[in-house]
Amino acid sequence: MGVVSFPGSLDDRDAVRAVRLAGGEPVALWHADRDLARVDAVVLPGGFSYGDYLRCGAIARFAPVMESIVPAARDGMPVLGICNGLQILCESHLLPGALTRNAGLHFVCRDQRLRIENTATPWTGTYDTGQEIVVPLKSGEGGYTADAETLRRLEDEGRVVARYMGTNPNGSVKDIAGICNEGGNVVGLMPHPEHAVDDLTGPTTDGLAFFASVVSSLVSA
Amino acid sequence: MTRVVVDVMFKPEILDPQGQAIANALPRLGFAGVTGVRQGKRFELELIESSSEAAKDQATRIAETLLANPVIEDFSIRVEE
Repeated sequence: MGVVSFPGSLDDRDAVRAVRLAGGEPVALWHADRDLARVDAVVLPGGFSYGDYLRCGAIARFAPVMESIVPAARDGMPVLGICNGLQILCESHLLPGALTRNAGLHFVCRDQRLRIENTATPWTGTYDTGQEIVVPLKSGEGGYTADAETLRRLEDEGRVVARYMGTNPNGSVKDIAGICNEGGNVVGLMPHPEHAVDDLTGPTTDGLAFFASVVSSLVSA
Repeated sequence: MTRVVVDVMFKPEILDPQGQAIANALPRLGFAGVTGVRQGKRFELELIESSSEAAKDQATRIAETLLANPVIEDFSIRVEE
């Protein structure tokens, strides 16, 4: 499973570790390299790619590695974007909508309760529908927004993968914490499952199932 | 050479918390009567193209591709004389 490092990625190492703990073989992918090294899935990690210059994810979208990831994702390869990765997926138009500055302006860093609402994706298959999990949320531009028609489609098609529980942390419309594309193979999350894979370092191990899900879906495929 | 200015603003329906924070700060600084603030971005492009019509077309393509995210932002373009 590939984990991309962009200049300014922060969570690539935690994502690599999460893949390994989930039983996958992590492969480091470099932003300037079009070669995907024959990986079966890709994680776009969190951080501040290209310093978040212009807009979060706006520059990363045009990185050489994305020239390979975008068509592969369109062909059905599982791709998980976390935090900045979600922003990159939205900027790449692999996912609809956009992320904006948190409604309260403050950077939010907390252990966040989520409800997993779509377990039909390769990234969520081992969760129970409606399962509540706690993983870290740490973002300054985490407010999801989209036009009314896009929101209606996301809701009608069950493409809201995860929703914030309790107080909305960032002004995300409809408490959306994560969404997927029409095929379900591309999933984007604002919270960080890769930081919740080990009791020693995370609030829970609730995040591990994202990585275990895709490993099991790839093994059974 | 042609200088083209591209202004990028959030669409009216998109929440602009930074603009709101500025608006909220103004009364404290003694500026009364400001009913709204929207924050945006301004880009100044220096283009080799000398025809202002062609420069405007090129700037439009640049704005659509990179400078603005059409999901949440509108842009306007003007050629500086």
